[in-house]
Amino acid sequence: MSSTTGPGVDGAYGPVKRKEDARFIRGMGTFVDDIQLPGMLHGAILRSPLAHARIVSVDTAAAEAHPKVRAIITGKMLEQRELAWMPTLSRDVQAVLATDKVRFQGQEVAFVVAEDSYSARDALELIDVEYEPLPVVIDATKALDPGAPVIRDDLAGKQDNHIFDWAAGDQAATDAVFAAADVVVTQDMLYPRSHPAPLETCGTVADMDPVSGKLTVWSTTQAPHAHRTVYALVVGLPEHKIRIISPDIGGGFGSKVPIYPGYLCAVVGSMLTGKPVKWVEDRSENLMSTAFARDYHMHGEIAATSDGRILGLRARVLADHGAFNGSAQPTKFPAGFFHIFTGSYDLRAAHCEVTGVYTNKSPGGVAYSCSFRIAEGVYLVERMVDLLARELGADPAELRMKNLLRPEQFPYTCPTGWEYDSGDYPRALQVALDMAGYVELRREQAARRERGEYMGIGLSFFTEGVGAGPRKHMDILGLGMADGADLRVHPTGTAVLSISCQTQGQGHETTFAQIVAQELGLSPDDVEVVHGDTDRTPFGLGTYGSRSTPVSGAAAAVVARKVRERARIVAAAMLEASPEDLEWTGGRWQVRGDPEQGRTIAEIAMAAHSSLELPEGVEGHLDAETVYNPPNLTYPYGAYICVADVDPGTGEVVLRRFIAVDDCGVRINPMIVEGQVHGGLADGVGMALMQVIAFDEEGNCLGGSFMDYLLPTSVECPSWELGETVTPCPHHPIGAKGVGESATVGSPVAVVNAVLDALSPFGVRHADMPLTPANVWSAIQGRPVRADLAVT
Amino acid sequence: MQITVEVNGTGYTREVEARLLLIHFLRDELRLTGSHWGCDTSNCGACVVWLDEIPVKSCTVLAAMADGRRVRTVEGLARGGVLDPVQQGFAQCHGLQCGFCTPGMMLTARWLLDHNPDPTPAEIREALSGQICRCTGYENIVRSVLWASKHGASKHGASKHGAGDHGAGDHRAAADRGTEGVAG
Repeated sequence: MSSTTGPGVDGAYGPVKRKEDARFIRGMGTFVDDIQLPGMLHGAILRSPLAHARIVSVDTAAAEAHPKVRAIITGKMLEQRELAWMPTLSRDVQAVLATDKVRFQGQEVAFVVAEDSYSARDALELIDVEYEPLPVVIDATKALDPGAPVIRDDLAGKQDNHIFDWAAGDQAATDAVFAAADVVVTQDMLYPRSHPAPLETCGTVADMDPVSGKLTVWSTTQAPHAHRTVYALVVGLPEHKIRIISPDIGGGFGSKVPIYPGYLCAVVGSMLTGKPVKWVEDRSENLMSTAFARDYHMHGEIAATSDGRILGLRARVLADHGAFNGSAQPTKFPAGFFHIFTGSYDLRAAHCEVTGVYTNKSPGGVAYSCSFRIAEGVYLVERMVDLLARELGADPAELRMKNLLRPEQFPYTCPTGWEYDSGDYPRALQVALDMAGYVELRREQAARRERGEYMGIGLSFFTEGVGAGPRKHMDILGLGMADGADLRVHPTGTAVLSISCQTQGQGHETTFAQIVAQELGLSPDDVEVVHGDTDRTPFGLGTYGSRSTPVSGAAAAVVARKVRERARIVAAAMLEASPEDLEWTGGRWQVRGDPEQGRTIAEIAMAAHSSLELPEGVEGHLDAETVYNPPNLTYPYGAYICVADVDPGTGEVVLRRFIAVDDCGVRINPMIVEGQVHGGLADGVGMALMQVIAFDEEGNCLGGSFMDYLLPTSVECPSWELGETVTPCPHHPIGAKGVGESATVGSPVAVVNAVLDALSPFGVRHADMPLTPANVWSAIQGRPVRADLAVT
Repeated sequence: MQITVEVNGTGYTREVEARLLLIHFLRDELRLTGSHWGCDTSNCGACVVWLDEIPVKSCTVLAAMADGRRVRTVEGLARGGVLDPVQQGFAQCHGLQCGFCTPGMMLTARWLLDHNPDPTPAEIREALSGQICRCTGYENIVRSVLWASKHGASKHGASKHGAGDHGAGDHRAAADRGTEGVAG
C-alpha cells in the first residue's frame, strides 16, 4: 500500500550542516543595520527621562535649525494624521509618540530624521521638552491601591490601573479538593521582569516610493505577514502596496513580534522626506522600551495526601503589564497559556486567577521564549512540588515520579482544559535520573553537608503547549494562526519552498529543506527555502511560541505530499500504468512489486513540464500550495536536573552540572535541536541567577545597559548534558512537536530548586530570582529581598 | 580629520569626524558589515576586531585611534579563498545560530589559538568570557574552537610561543604583504 500521508523516504533527516552558516562565518549575513540605500536618512528617538509626567510643551525649533536635520516628528504631528496611537496585540492602544503624558521611562516622545545617525542624535539634544512630573506606580502590588495615580487616563472613564481579571479551571471542585486534603502548602513567588536582549537590537529601514506608492520595510520582525496587515490597518495604506522584508535576524526570542513606535516613525519619516529612513535602537533603548518578559507576582497553593499524592493546585497572579497592554499572544488569552500551570501531573482539580495591572514601566509582557506564559506556569508548579516534597520529607524525584501522568492516560485533558496529545513522562524522568546518577548525587550531597559544603540538586519536569494554534480557538487581532507554504518543483527536479515563518537563528533554510527532501526523495541541497519577504511568500503568522515546526513545518510536509500526489499521476502516465497501481517506495513512484518500473521526482518533474500526454484534468507541472491549520497544539516536555554548589559566605552559586532530557517528538535535525536546547538552558541560568529589569522608586530603569543587566557568559554556563526520548506527536504530519522554547521554559526552576536545595540546612524555604550572590546571602541571613525594586 | 587605516591588508584613507567610532568606520564608511554593533558598553563583543594583533571592542575605540594601524575583521579571516579553521570549526560544530555574535567570537578564538594552539575547554571559556552569545549556550562555540585547534588552526599562528608547525605565522606574512598596498 503506497502512502501519501506518511513520511517519504528516510535519509534527509539527521544532523545536516546548516546552509545558513556559509554566509555568517564569512561576515556576509544581511541584518537590518547592514542595509544601505541610496539617499538613505537616519532616525533617532527622543525618549522620556521620567516614568510618569504630563507633557507641557515640546520645542523643536533649535533641532529644526540643525543643518543636517531633514524632519522632526512629534506626537502632535502624528495626532493630526491620526497616527499618534497604535493598536497593541492585546486590544489596547499604545502611544507611538507621546501627546498627553509619558507613562514609562524611555517612552518615545519625538523622532528626528537627519542625514547621518550621529547628527540625528545630536539633534535630540536640541529638543526642549517641558514635563510636569506625576507620582509613579512602580510596584504592581500597589497599582490597585485606592488613590494610586491613574496611568491610563487616555482611556475614556478610566479611574484605576486595572486591565483584566481572568480565570481558568473549576473553582468549586478545587475548593473541595483543598478542603479534604491532608496537606496544603502555599508560597508567594515573583517571576521578575526580564528582557530577552537579542544581540541584534530592533530596527527598520522604511522606503516609501513616492512614484509607485509602494512602501518597502526591512524590519527586525519575527512575523512579517502579520506586520504587513497591521501596517495596512494602522497607516491606512492598501496592503498590496506594502512589502515587509525580514532579512537575517540577530535573535528574537519573542521580542521581535510586536510593532514598535520606532518602526512607524521610520515609515512616517520616509513618507515625509521621500527618502528611505533607517532607525536602529541602541542597547539602552532596547532594554528600556522594547518588549520585556514575565513580571508575574504569583501565589501558589498545592494540596496533597499525606502519602504524597498531589490532588490540586491553585494560583493567584498579579500580572504587571507596564504602561500599555502590549502582550503579544493569542488575543483571547490575556494571561497567555499560563493556565497550563497544572504541568505534568495527574491532578483532580485546579484553578487560577490572573489580574493584569498597569504600572509606569515599559509595555510588552510576552517575550523571551516563554511559550505564551507557560514559563511562569512551569515555574509555579515546579516550585510548589519541591515545597511539597520538603513539607512531606519526600524525595523530590520520587514525589514527581509518583504523580506524573502515565503513558496510558494520553490523550489527557488537564483540569484547565488543555488536551495533551502524547507522552511518556516517567521514562523521560528516569532517563534524566540515570544520566545524572541521582542516587549517587544524593549520597555525595549528604557527605558534603557533613563537611560543611552546600551542594544542591534541583529537578524540574515541564510540559509545554506550542504551535499556536487551532483557528477555532485562537487568533491574533482576528487573524487565524494558520501558515501557508508553496512548493515549486523545477523541470530538472530541484525545488523552492516558500514559507511564512521567519528564522532568527533556528536554521529554517536547512530544516525545512530537509522536510521537503524527506517527502520527495530529494537531497536537502536540492531544496531552496524562501522566507522573510511578504512579496515572495504565502501568508502566515510567523515564528514565535515554538510554532515554526509545529505549524509551518507541517505545512511544508503537507505541500510536499501534494506535490508527490501530483507526481503520481504524471508517473502513471509515464509508466503507462494506473495511479492506483503505483507505490511510493525508495524515494520514487514505482509500479507495485516491480522495482524496474519506477520514476524519481526529478524524472517526473521533467515529464510534467514536457509534451507528455497527461490525463484529462491534469494541468501539468508539479507545483502546489497549502495552508496548515493545526488541529491542536503540540506538547513537548522534558525532565531537567541541575547540580549547584553554593558558597554560604559569599552567596555565590556555581553550576556544576545540568542534565536536560527533552522529548520534542521526531527530530528533523538533531544538531539544530540540541543547539536550541543549549541556548535555552543558558537563558535559564541567566534568569535564575542574574537577569532582572529592576526599577527604583521614581521609576528609573536599573537594567538599562549590559553593565547593569547581566547575561550569562561562557564561564557561568556548565557544559550541558543532553538526553532525549522520542514520542511522536500523533496529529502532526511528521510527528514533530517543536523545541525552540522548551529549555527556556523548563530550566530556570531547576536551577532555583537546586540552589534552594543547597540552602535547606539554613532553613531557607524560598527565594526569588535572580539568585545573585547578594540575594542568596540575604536569604541565608533570613532577610529575603524584592529583587525587582531598588527599595526595601 | 584624515586617517589611514589598513583593513584586512588593504589601505583606506578617509576624512572622518574625530568622534567616529571604529565600528561605524568599518561598517558605514568601508561597508564591511560583518562586524556588528551590539551594546555600546564593551560587554557583548559583537564588534570585536583586531587592532594590530590584539582583539579590541571596536564600539569603544575611535576610528582616529586606528590611524596608521592595522585592523583585521571577519572579512579578513579567510586567506586566498580558504576558510580559516576557526570558520570551518563553527560550521562543523554548529557554533552559531543567528550569526550575530559569530564574527567577534571567531576573531577572539583566532587570537586564542595563535597564543594557545591547544586550549582546554576551560581556557576557551575564559578567553570568550568577554563576549555574549544569546543563542548557543556557548557549548558548541567551545566545541568549534576545539575543532579548529585539532584541524590545523595552529598553522595560522602560535609561532610566538614556538608551538606552531612549519606554517606558523602565515597570516601575519599575508598581512605584511597586504601592507604594500596601503594608500597614503
